[in-house]
Amino acid sequence: MKVDTETSADGTAAGTRSTPMTMIQALRSAMDVMLERDPDVVVYGQDVGYFGGVFRCTEGLQAKYGKSRVFDAPISEGGIVGTAVGMGAYGLRAVVEIQFADYFYPASDQIVSEAARLRYRSAGDFTAPITIRMPCGGGIYGGQTHSQSPEALFTHVCGLRTVMPSNPYDAKGLLIAAIECDDPVIFLEPKRLYNGPFDGHHDKPVVPWSKHPLGLVPEGHYTVPLESAAVFRPGSELTVLTYGTMVFVSEAAARETGIDAEIIDLRSIWPLDLAMLVDSVKKTGRCVVVHEATRTSGFGAELTALVQEHCFYHLEAPVERVAGWDTPYPHAQEWDYFPGPARVAAAFKRAMEK
Amino acid sequence: MTQHEPLHLHVPEPTGRPGRHTDFSYLRLSPAGAVRRPPVDTLPVDTSDLAYELVRVLDDDGAAVGPWAMQPDRELLRKGLRAMMKTRVFDARMLIAQRQKKMSFYMQCLGEEAIAIAHALALDPGDMCFPTYRQQGLLLARDDVDMVEVICQLLSNQHDPLKGRQLPVMYSYKRAGFFSISGNLATQFIQAVGWGMASAIKGDTRIASGWIGDGATAEADFHTALTFAHVYRAPVILNVVNNQWAISTFQAIAGGEATTFAARGVGCGIASLRVDGNDFLAVYAASQWAAERARRNLGPTLIEWVTYRAGPHSTSDDPSKYRPADDWAHFPLGDPIARLRQHLIAIGAWSEGEHADTQKQLEAEVAAAQKEAERYGTLADGNMRSAAEMFEDVYKDMPEHLRRQRQQLGV
Ligand SMILES: Cc1ncc(C[n+]2csc(CCOP(=O)(O)OP(=O)(O)O)c2C)c(N)n1
Ligand SMILES: [Mg+2]
Repeated sequence: MKVDTETSADGTAAGTRSTPMTMIQALRSAMDVMLERDPDVVVYGQDVGYFGGVFRCTEGLQAKYGKSRVFDAPISEGGIVGTAVGMGAYGLRAVVEIQFADYFYPASDQIVSEAARLRYRSAGDFTAPITIRMPCGGGIYGGQTHSQSPEALFTHVCGLRTVMPSNPYDAKGLLIAAIECDDPVIFLEPKRLYNGPFDGHHDKPVVPWSKHPLGLVPEGHYTVPLESAAVFRPGSELTVLTYGTMVFVSEAAARETGIDAEIIDLRSIWPLDLAMLVDSVKKTGRCVVVHEATRTSGFGAELTALVQEHCFYHLEAPVERVAGWDTPYPHAQEWDYFPGPARVAAAFKRAMEK
Repeated sequence: MTQHEPLHLHVPEPTGRPGRHTDFSYLRLSPAGAVRRPPVDTLPVDTSDLAYELVRVLDDDGAAVGPWAMQPDRELLRKGLRAMMKTRVFDARMLIAQRQKKMSFYMQCLGEEAIAIAHALALDPGDMCFPTYRQQGLLLARDDVDMVEVICQLLSNQHDPLKGRQLPVMYSYKRAGFFSISGNLATQFIQAVGWGMASAIKGDTRIASGWIGDGATAEADFHTALTFAHVYRAPVILNVVNNQWAISTFQAIAGGEATTFAARGVGCGIASLRVDGNDFLAVYAASQWAAERARRNLGPTLIEWVTYRAGPHSTSDDPSKYRPADDWAHFPLGDPIARLRQHLIAIGAWSEGEHADTQKQLEAEVAAAQKEAERYGTLADGNMRSAAEMFEDVYKDMPEHLRRQRQQLGV
């Protein structure tokens, strides 16, 4: 697997000293770096201040930067995003947390009608340089309101950038890039990856990030640029287009089938790194799209269409899609719902048979 | 040109934090019996004072005093005490079952038992509650809800009436006037108003009762509910359970600083009361008052119940990280069970012996129900509803694409 060595926006090498971090620590480090560097950055959300967030991503930041830079917000997602837009109009860069992606809906109007279109409707007079973090995805027995993957609801909105890291290194670099970005960024954090890579084998013990090369994170400032995908696993037989938790599930499927899959981790879901996708699919001639979100009108549909538009004459088999079933995320039947390695492996085999 | 000091942001802070006691004087308590009881047909604007006072009936000696002391019949009070004790025993056992991984998650209502239970006893059959996850007392106060079935929901087992789809505690009991609980805060509050409006549209006599926590009142749905309830004079009781905490945030972060949640109602033209939620008699009397208003077409009532979330937010929470560990012991409104027990003993309707016997009997009852429920499986043993059922109830009739997906899953 390839570890990226991007350089930061200001050209410095990607941190001189690296430390093992969980994804939670990496996200915290990104906010810490940005609070330190940029006095216009503020961080807030439900339970984010004194307590440091229900997943502890902002732990210690209020003590370090004070209550007017890192603070608790009332339970109003619409209020959180609405004030972030207002602060953006003033010139601040708000980094706000929605406690679970499943709870962003009350903020929909502020996200869709306001943040996303502010630049366009004011012809650049006002912008919304905000970052909206939200833990997403299942695998923690969270039931239907702590498990959703709503990325496609955001990619359908023009003006938003939607990002989902799969590991601590990318999480920190992408979050810094998101905070520095002048567009509104939806930053989705697969919560099942917070403490270690998870390949879908839920009955096996959790492997900590400290045992994984992508858990080694530079302490200082660096970015993973937006709109850049990564070859997570190079391969020759088929291309997997995926992101978030499914990167590791796909890796497990490749290992278990022995199929030499090239796994592309999108990282930026939209706008995306089309060239990398197209090059890989043209090379392998086969493509499997994998995401945890429900299948119909999921982002996989867009990916499949893009592959069809750009790689049709290189394809040797129809594009396969593996996704969550088209039902709400059930609680007890979580592992029948979750598109685990067996389902991904079956899709690999179908793609290879044709 | 005027000269001003630079602005600064006010972020409310509780007086108490780990290692530092809470100064509860912010609660601004009224003495028991001190707050007037207006006629039920009072104008909403004339309840303004009540929104800042605290309706209390039980004094420190357990005597029922003042205009809200209506002395409901003894059997009802004994039933209420028993239901509160049952709820507490139930919560304690389910908490242990969660630690044993028999269920994924649990939420107790420790310290808040009087509110749901006295309220349930003040409603009529057919009325509909739109609860939060902390009103299990509404169910446990009833004789027609089978505890075994309730536990089966928690265990996500074969007999889970919700087919394993919902997190534990997210019950649904239409037949017991208990709307399906949503994980998304505040959504039920405006729905309660809609149910009440429907009852009015149809010329019915049933009323709705909506529930929300102090923290969730910050959501737009809370404010929208007040507007609709006022505009259509909906037959609904709007309950705000102010247990001082919303996970780690103190009620001032929800907007309770130097005002009350009851005051929100008056501002919207809704009759509003602020009531001691740990005082069973006050809860019962205020609930009856509000129910009477709703049923007489006099419109909505907002009630802020002042109480304290004695336990962690949920089994995923550790409150010692953000509030004094012994905070509840200092909460000036005490423990609702101890207070009603004291009152009943004082009036000769209960005894220490009866209390001890009841406690034992309830522990046995809950243990037996749990044992039976576990025969149908637990989350730990994987004896649960079939995966095929995951595809049902998405639509009334299963469309082709779900049939195909079910087939793909091979179940
Ligand atoms: C829309 C939404 N946002 C956030 C959450 C996460 N959450 C669950 S409970 C809770 C605190 C609620 O506090 P409060 O309303 O005071 O009720 P209490 O838990 O004290 O009974 C939060 C923030 C949620 N469930 N739904
Ligand atoms: Mg609360």
